Amino acid sequence: MKSFVISLCTGAALALTGFAAVAQDTAAADGQAVETADDGPQTSDFRTFAPTQLEWERFRAAGEITHEGGEAVYNAVCAGCHMPEGGGAVGAGAYPALAENDLLADPSYPIYLVVAGQKAMPPFGNLLDDQQIADVVNYIRSHFGNAFIEEYGEATAAQVKETRP
Amino acid sequence: MTMTRRELLRTVGLTAGSAAMYRAMVTLGHAQESPYQGRVSLTGEPNGRRVLVLGAGLAGMTAALELRDAGYEVQVLEYREKAGGRCWTLRGGDSYTDLNGVTQTVGFESGYLNPGPWRIPYNHHAVLDYCKRLGVKLEPFIQKNHNAYLHRSDAFGGKPQRFRHIATDYRGHVAELLAKATNKGALDAEVTETDRRKLVESLGTFGVLNDENAYVESETTSEYRGYAQEPGGGQDAAGTPSAPLELGEILQSDLWRWLGDAESVHHQNTIFQPVGGMDMIAQAFARELGDIITFHAKVLSVLQDEDGVTVQYEHAQTGGEPVVVTADWCVCTIPFSILGQMEHNLSSDKSFAIDTMYYEGSVKFGLEFNRRFWEEDEQIFGGISYTDLPIALISYPSHDYLSGEKGVLLGGYVWGADAYQFNAMQPDEAIRWAVEYGARIHPQYPDEFSQGVCVSWHKVPWVLGCYGIWEDKERDYAAAVRMEDGERIVLAGEHLSYLPAWQEGAILSALDAIRQLHDHATTR
Repeated sequence: MKSFVISLCTGAALALTGFAAVAQDTAAADGQAVETADDGPQTSDFRTFAPTQLEWERFRAAGEITHEGGEAVYNAVCAGCHMPEGGGAVGAGAYPALAENDLLADPSYPIYLVVAGQKAMPPFGNLLDDQQIADVVNYIRSHFGNAFIEEYGEATAAQVKETRP
Repeated sequence: MTMTRRELLRTVGLTAGSAAMYRAMVTLGHAQESPYQGRVSLTGEPNGRRVLVLGAGLAGMTAALELRDAGYEVQVLEYREKAGGRCWTLRGGDSYTDLNGVTQTVGFESGYLNPGPWRIPYNHHAVLDYCKRLGVKLEPFIQKNHNAYLHRSDAFGGKPQRFRHIATDYRGHVAELLAKATNKGALDAEVTETDRRKLVESLGTFGVLNDENAYVESETTSEYRGYAQEPGGGQDAAGTPSAPLELGEILQSDLWRWLGDAESVHHQNTIFQPVGGMDMIAQAFARELGDIITFHAKVLSVLQDEDGVTVQYEHAQTGGEPVVVTADWCVCTIPFSILGQMEHNLSSDKSFAIDTMYYEGSVKFGLEFNRRFWEEDEQIFGGISYTDLPIALISYPSHDYLSGEKGVLLGGYVWGADAYQFNAMQPDEAIRWAVEYGARIHPQYPDEFSQGVCVSWHKVPWVLGCYGIWEDKERDYAAAVRMEDGERIVLAGEHLSYLPAWQEGAILSALDAIRQLHDHATTR
C-alpha cells in the first residue's frame, strides 16, 4: 500500500466545508453544455454543484452501469480496486495490477474474469452487457503499458456472449 | 388435578431455578430456541494447549476469550493496529487509509460513523450476551420512524413524503377496497359467512375506516396520519384534519416499496446500538484479552500437519523478516478474500469454498452538520429516510437528541451498481455526491454541512469487501465449517454462518468452531 501514498494521498484535506448552493442552468462548470434528454433528469436538479459532462454520465439509471466505451466503464467501475492507472493495490490481500500484465494478452482470460469473477473479485456478468465487457477488456489490454490487441486480436461482444454461463 | 402451563412453569421456576424454567419454556413453545446456547462450556484436558487465532474481529476475539478461559494458551494475530475488524467506528481524531493510499482524518466534534455493522437486533442473543458479560452499554436504535421520509425523484414532484402518510393511506385504501370487495361477495369462495363479517370488521380497525367502510379525511384518520394543524391547548386549539393522498397517487409513486423494511425479523423492534459506537464491543473484547493480541501482523502462510500448525507473518507496515509461530491448533477467521491469496494447505473442499467466494461491496457515508436540522426543523429523531437516489437512504442518529451540538448522519448506505461507482471515486468526490443527493431531500444540507467521511468496503485493505458471497452455499458450506479428523485448523467468521454480514453470525460461527476444536483436542 505504501507505494500509492505518495501520488494519491490527499492527507487530511477533505476541504468540503461551507460550500454554498449554486444557481443552476444547463451550462456545466467547465463551460461546456451538458447533453440531457428533454424528459427525465436535468442538470437543474443539481443543488450543490454544476456537473460536467463526465459527472453527468454517473448514476444515470438505478442499479445499472450505463457508461459506454472501455475507458468510461473502467473509470466508473474497475478503477476503484485496480486503481486509476491499473497499478493494483496491496493490503492484507492484494488487487492485481493490470499494468504490464501478460495474463491480459489473450482476450479470453480477462473476459472470463470479468464475467465470472475470480476469488474475491465479484462477477460483473450481470452488471455489464456484452459490449461493455468487450470494450473494457480491450481498454485494459491496450493501456497501462499493455499492447496486446494487434498480436492477439480484439475482444468482441460475441466472445463475451459465448463466455457467459 | 391438571396444572395449567403457567402453574407448571411457576413450579419449575421455584424448584429448579430460572435456567430450568427457561428450558421448560422452550419445551412448551413459549420461548424461542436460539442457535445461541448460552455461555460455552469447554471441559476436559486438551491434547495440546497452544492455539493461534488469526484475526481479531468478533469471531476471533470470541474464540480467543473462550479458549483462554478454558485454559488454552492463546495468541491472536491481527493485521490492523487495533481490534474489531468490521466492528468498527470512526469518530473525531480517527484516521483511515484505504487501498488507494488515501487517508481520511475524521474531525467530527460529536457523533460517529459505524462503517460496518450498526444494529443489534433483539434476537441476536449471542451479541447481546457478550455485551452484557463485557459491560457494553446499549441504547435503542431507531429503525422505523413514521416521521422520516420516503422519496423518489419521479414521485410527488420529487418532494419527500412522510412515512406515516404513505403507510396510513396505503393501509386505509387497501382495507377499504378489500372491505368493499368482501361485502360485494367477491371473496365468498375464500371466506365463510362468519369469517366474512369478522374480516370486514377487522379491516375497519386495520385501515381506520368509517362506518361505511370508507377511508376518508377525519379526526380519526388524522390520529394516524397526522393532522394538517396539530391539536394544541388554550384558544383555537382544535386540530385540523389532514386529507389522505389518493390511492392511485400512492400506487404510482412506488413509495410503498419501503413500507415493509422494518418488518423482517432482523429489523423489527427492539434493535440496539452500543452507546458511543459499535466498536465499543470491540474495545471491550480487546480490554478483556489484553496483550494476547499481536497487532500489525500480516499473515503470510498457514500450514497444518499432524503435529500442529505453523504460521508465518510479517509486520503489516514495515515488512521485514517473517516471524514463524507454531501452535497445536488454529482458529482462522481471516476473510476468504484474503485467505485465498495466502499459502495454506487446507483441504481441497475448503480451498474450493475459499476460492469461489467473492466479496460484496458497499459504501457508507458519515456526514457531520453544524446543526441537527432534521430534529429542529423536521422533528425526525432517529430512524431512516429511503430514497431512489444513489445514496439509497439517510439514517439519523439514535442518540444525543436535541443536544444543541453538531450531528452526524449516515448520509448513504449503498449497494450494487451505485456502490461500484462510489468505490471508483476518491472519498472527497464521493462525499460531494452524497451531499448533493442528500440536499434533494433536506435543503438544509448545503448551508449546514461541516465535513464527511466515506468508507467503501472494496477499498478496505484488511477485507477487500463487505461480506462473503457463496457460489453455491448448499453445496459447499458443510465441508467448509466442519473440522475433519486430522485437521488442526478450524475456520470461523460471518462468512461461515447463515447470518452473513451480521456480528451474530460471526460469533455463532466462532462458538461452533471452538467446540469442534476442543472436541478434537480432548478426544482424538
